[in-house]
Amino acid sequence: MRSTESNVTQSITQVIAASSLGTLIEWYDFYIFGSLAVIIGQQLFPSDAGASALINTLAIFAAGFIVRPFGALVFGRLGDLIGRKYTFLLTLVLMGGSTFLIGLIPSYSSIGYAAPILVLILRLVQGLALGGEYGGAATYVAEHAPVGKRGFFTSWIQTTATLGLFLSLGVIVLTKNLLGAKSFADWGWRIPFLVSILLVVVSIYIRMKMHESPVFSKLKAEGKVSTNPLKESFQKRANFKMVLLALFGATMGQGVVWYTGQFYAQSFLENTCKLDFNESRYILLWAIVFATPFFVIFGSWSDKVGRKWIMLAGMLLGVICYRPIYQYFLDATNVKEMQKTMLLSESEPVIERGLVAGKADSLITITVSKVLTNGMTFKESRVEIIPEDVLAEVPAVETVIKDVTLSNGSYIMIIALVFFQVLLVTMVYGPIAAFLVELFPTQIRYTSMSLPYHIGNGVFGGLVPFIATLIASFQGSTPLSGLWYPIGIAALSFVIGAVYIDNRRDEHVMD
Amino acid sequence: MSGLKKILGLLWIVLGPVIIVFLFFQAADKIAAASEGIARTNTTLQWAIIILIFIPICTGLVIFGYYAWKGEYDHLPESSREL
Repeated sequence: MRSTESNVTQSITQVIAASSLGTLIEWYDFYIFGSLAVIIGQQLFPSDAGASALINTLAIFAAGFIVRPFGALVFGRLGDLIGRKYTFLLTLVLMGGSTFLIGLIPSYSSIGYAAPILVLILRLVQGLALGGEYGGAATYVAEHAPVGKRGFFTSWIQTTATLGLFLSLGVIVLTKNLLGAKSFADWGWRIPFLVSILLVVVSIYIRMKMHESPVFSKLKAEGKVSTNPLKESFQKRANFKMVLLALFGATMGQGVVWYTGQFYAQSFLENTCKLDFNESRYILLWAIVFATPFFVIFGSWSDKVGRKWIMLAGMLLGVICYRPIYQYFLDATNVKEMQKTMLLSESEPVIERGLVAGKADSLITITVSKVLTNGMTFKESRVEIIPEDVLAEVPAVETVIKDVTLSNGSYIMIIALVFFQVLLVTMVYGPIAAFLVELFPTQIRYTSMSLPYHIGNGVFGGLVPFIATLIASFQGSTPLSGLWYPIGIAALSFVIGAVYIDNRRDEHVMD
Repeated sequence: MSGLKKILGLLWIVLGPVIIVFLFFQAADKIAAASEGIARTNTTLQWAIIILIFIPICTGLVIFGYYAWKGEYDHLPESSREL
């Protein structure tokens, strides 16, 4: 008896490991492109800013917002027709293959416009594959998990997006440190892409040894596999209404909380608060390290108390806390005001002279490093432009603050506040795979759960930076105005979820 | 609760078209504000993709509202036989 239990546990452990490793690699592949976007731009794109911007827009917007949901439909359908195992094996091969090939594309100086076009095509394949992967992995694990532990087992899949981000940063930093900045910029940036193939081969080997989901195998043996999953998912009213409920009552809010906590926070600290490049990254890394176990804790807890209120509590806390948190970020980094009363010392000015890009006007930058009595440091640059034409109007002198480093107290406080935001991510994201799996029947589960997940996460979440920047550009807006987008979407999703979703846990996903 | 679900359904029906109209106005505003040439093409492309993806989502919100108003969410299925 004990031996049988041990075998079951071992088998489930292998299922989780095989599924999570593949999904982690897919996230790694997706993130390294984003992390190395600047170098890819320099190496593979034309120096003409206009054409680059156009291709970049397609690569970012189309891959994230159109191709990902489309991939959910294509591979979701396949997964419900031929099985989970072979479908998410295919997405892994497509993702790993396209990532590896990006690492092999000759530079723009060698093959001209073929380089950015190849990048765009491979990036679209990546988006397509990512759209198909998650639903397959979550379904596969959930269909193996015993009753009462589905939230716990699927929560391991939920950690992979965060760990994929970690792995990508780790490989990039390690490669850069080993090769040096120049070699990395010349050719070393290709290594993180090429490494992907090794990870994918290992993952394929492990996945090949796994069996098909027992629930799907049973369905297949009984001849009950859906003949047209897309039609059954979206044309059958009873099921379509659940797809809509999953999107508007759960994944939409989850997507914005996820992107605000893990991406917008770091971007806000770096671009709005002018925090030092490394400091803003270390803050996020520490926050993620402390928060990652909570994916499993909340996933497991949802097996006991239900999925609904844990996810909705994460959204509600985001709605209530985002503005005070970001206001603290602004106050804690407002060195312009602080230096009026707390300036301890300042360095000799460093003067740099140059020309305004594309003009003959002179550009003079005077930079002073300053230290405050609370231990904070920053650089203050005065940028002056002297027109070539002596009769032309002299533009106003611009003062720029940059490279702010924090005092110990505010550094710890900001880590705690970013940790809190990632904690909210774990609340909304930890239980959601089990929630989605339990909402749909086996025949059309892969298709039905993949689409709302990728619209919620990819479209609503992925648009956080774009729409937040858009709102911040409105007349009369403040640096905090961009937060109205995640707050509004999370509030809407909270109301829909609270009113329309029930807290039932479907113990039987075998139907 | 059923009454609230139905009343909110009407709100979702109205919200869908309002979002689309808002997006169209924003798109027109931002495209007009972009400088001539490649920058304008780029802004147009971004907004075309956003509107293209949000039209079906907002249509979904209207359908969701319609279902709610018709009482389709008064009872959620408890097993796959009900789906």
